[in-house]
Amino acid sequence: MSDARLEVLVNGKRVEVEPGTTVAAALLNVRVPSFRTSVRGDPRAPVCGMGVCYECRATIDGVAHQRACLRVVEPGMRIDTGSGR
Amino acid sequence: MSARRTSNAIVVGAGIVGAACAEALSRDGWGVTVVDKQFASAGTTSVGMGHIVAMDDSPEQLALTELSIRLWRELAPELDARSELDRCGTLWLAEDAEQFGAVGEKQRVYAAAGIASEVLSGDDVARVEPNLRPGLAGALLVPGDSVVYPPGATLRLLELARARGAVLREGVEAIELIDRGVRCATDTLHADVVVNAAGAAAPSLTPELPIVPRKGHLAITDRYPKFCHHQLVELGYLASAHKMTTESVAFNVQPRSTGQVLIGSSRELVGWDASLNERLLGEMLDRAVELMPALRDLSIIRCWTGFRPATPDKLPLIGAWTPIDGLYVAAGHEGLGITTSLGTARLIADAVAGRASPIEAAPFSPMRVVSSAAEPGHA
Amino acid sequence: MNAIRYECDVAVVGAGPAGIAAAVTAAGAGARTIVLDEGTGPGGQIWRPSVKVGQPSRASAWIERLGRSSATVLRSTSVVTAHAADDRFVLRGESTEGAVEIVCRRVVLATGAHELFLPFPGWTLPNVFGIGGAQALLKSGLNVRGRRVVISGSGPLLFPVAASLAKAGAELVLVAEQATRAAVVSYVASLWRRPSTLVQAASLRASFIGARYQTGTWVSHAHGDDVLRGVVVADGKRTRMVDCDMLCTGFGLVPNNELARLLGCAMHGRFAIVDDTQATSTSGVYTAGETTGIGGVDAALVEGEIAGAAAAGARPSAALLARRNRLARDAELLARTFAPRAEIKCLAKPETIVCRCEDTTLGELDGRWTARQAKLYTRAGMGPCQGRVCGAALECVMGWPSDTVRSPVQPARLSTLTADFSAASKPSSTE
Repeated sequence: MSDARLEVLVNGKRVEVEPGTTVAAALLNVRVPSFRTSVRGDPRAPVCGMGVCYECRATIDGVAHQRACLRVVEPGMRIDTGSGR
Repeated sequence: MSARRTSNAIVVGAGIVGAACAEALSRDGWGVTVVDKQFASAGTTSVGMGHIVAMDDSPEQLALTELSIRLWRELAPELDARSELDRCGTLWLAEDAEQFGAVGEKQRVYAAAGIASEVLSGDDVARVEPNLRPGLAGALLVPGDSVVYPPGATLRLLELARARGAVLREGVEAIELIDRGVRCATDTLHADVVVNAAGAAAPSLTPELPIVPRKGHLAITDRYPKFCHHQLVELGYLASAHKMTTESVAFNVQPRSTGQVLIGSSRELVGWDASLNERLLGEMLDRAVELMPALRDLSIIRCWTGFRPATPDKLPLIGAWTPIDGLYVAAGHEGLGITTSLGTARLIADAVAGRASPIEAAPFSPMRVVSSAAEPGHA
Repeated sequence: MNAIRYECDVAVVGAGPAGIAAAVTAAGAGARTIVLDEGTGPGGQIWRPSVKVGQPSRASAWIERLGRSSATVLRSTSVVTAHAADDRFVLRGESTEGAVEIVCRRVVLATGAHELFLPFPGWTLPNVFGIGGAQALLKSGLNVRGRRVVISGSGPLLFPVAASLAKAGAELVLVAEQATRAAVVSYVASLWRRPSTLVQAASLRASFIGARYQTGTWVSHAHGDDVLRGVVVADGKRTRMVDCDMLCTGFGLVPNNELARLLGCAMHGRFAIVDDTQATSTSGVYTAGETTGIGGVDAALVEGEIAGAAAAGARPSAALLARRNRLARDAELLARTFAPRAEIKCLAKPETIVCRCEDTTLGELDGRWTARQAKLYTRAGMGPCQGRVCGAALECVMGWPSDTVRSPVQPARLSTLTADFSAASKPSSTE
């Protein structure tokens, strides 16, 4: 496995990630406090890991409500959390 | 008048119209029983948009919607969070100079009925609703219009009625309306007053009622707070609602209090087939995108259909049904059931009490279908 | 956004073991075959490639065969709607690039299953994962080094997941198996019929030296402020507090049969009814794998091969049919042994959230309602997961059967639903 890591932006901050990592795993690895805020304001993070629970929704490259567990990181990807209610 | 407390009324149908009738009658001192073959709001009430709107397809319709809007305003302090009342107002959109030319007249008609409105230029519209396509000619803003969550409001109306002694019996199907009574599957209920508020199913109890199911589609998105701020309707909506035979779509978009965007509307006459018509749904969504391109990228999480109870003259049937003692009809509201539920309940309560109503009740008389002989079609 | 139309003989939905086997077999029998898969690459859940260590060898072998076959694989594509049109089927899928339309003669649904979550206080805290969920995230690059993990679930799946976590540097604080010791012992005893499974189980069990595996035990409560800090562990007699920062919990699998139901396939409970050739009650629609019963990889492969053959108009071999029947019996024993006990179905309190999408609590629900009433009155089930998580939970807890399925069976971009496919059209390519 190549050591070359790629760079993405998480909530505006530059983060290095292993290629092949999903956005969900990458966000968990940098310990974002939550991926989204629930209807009544609670922090939420991935649960099912397979695109079923919709708890891992994040805004990816400006598009809201993307299931982070189904997307692999790409160089320069902009990932923002906390928007999807 | 005899002591009303001991007098009973039965309302058949626990949709928003039935619930409103129950609330109004209970306020007048009636002991009300509401029966529904399923559960409160299970019919058309659960599938519509929840728009409370002044509509001017005819002077009678305008009078009834205006009365209803006043009544919703009076009721507002008693509504709960579940009703999700949102005074977002309506923007009637003019796409071109021709439509914009008609806006002034619409404003005058509304003003004469006591409804305030404001003409917006194309620039104004772009400013208040940036997700609409650029280049619209303008709009008419009706700030007094609102949006409500129909099942929530229905439950609240029933709650208010029950606080005054009304009883709700769900899972009870009315089989036949008789003189001063309702024969149900398991027993026969007797009352001085019976109201057929069974919506699209009203003709199953009163076969002479010319109510047909007019199917509509709706789609709702995931949460996009602040995507739009008003109920948005194209001025061509009335033309779509007016045509009885052909299928049609018309732009109608609503912000929900959840931040979800509700997209409509379509009309077709296909009996009771509730399956999704993917082609017509697609046309409805295409029309929505024409006026609001940003909708294209939103996530649609659910689509569904519903049946509006439609009458040939586009007015609901509200009032006494004289062939049967004690029977009143409150049905046939097409796409205005949520709005006019309160006005309807007022007319029913007035008719039952022998009071004059704030508006002319005669145009809504159900007996008009009998006197116009057996005319199957529409005007 | 793209709008690309494909025509083919067989469309396979899902590229887990069942879908891979179906596609390889159908393509091998001469059918123009297209596979649509939501994942970033074939493997489904159980054969998901790991960022660090790749795939098990059996998985790689099959995936290589898929790659060498003439089947076209559309990755990261979710099927959002499907319907029959004359003697064809039309499926619509969505990826980040746009929408695809597949017009085919036969459909093989290999859509797999997802985890059954039973609500309990604190289950919505960040760092509470499913068991399969933790495995999936681990393989997708989740770093668990130094994390203190509690696993609470049931059945043989606990072992490989615990082993993966331990190997990746997590500290396994507790592995709680809710089935009784007697039930587990009798299940292990029944494995003597299949020595390979026994060896597998034994070696996995051995890899837990230092790990705490307890039967008749489950997590009843998770706590923390904004993130998990610890759990309450119960055994029916006593409870105790255990500190941890990661909880993996789940109690079985729920088949993903929304498409099958949309296409009118007859169900037995949550599972699709199939005949000997994996055909459903809807002519032209086949299904294989967890959709017909929870049976694991072996059953999925066999059923996939049968379905792929049948969909391509070939006859599945007698040997395949015999192998499938043997495996079905094992699945039943597994389900019986490790069914969640009553206590686990009643952990939720009135203030516990049962619909995660809409934050509906148990206390808001009236047991006398129907599922539809609950939806309308509280929004439970009206969120983007379309009732996949809460629906199965509420069926278990309240006895409510699932609501009807409508298109779209996954949230879809509006542009996907209105995409015009009359322009670019492609036959299934042979690459």
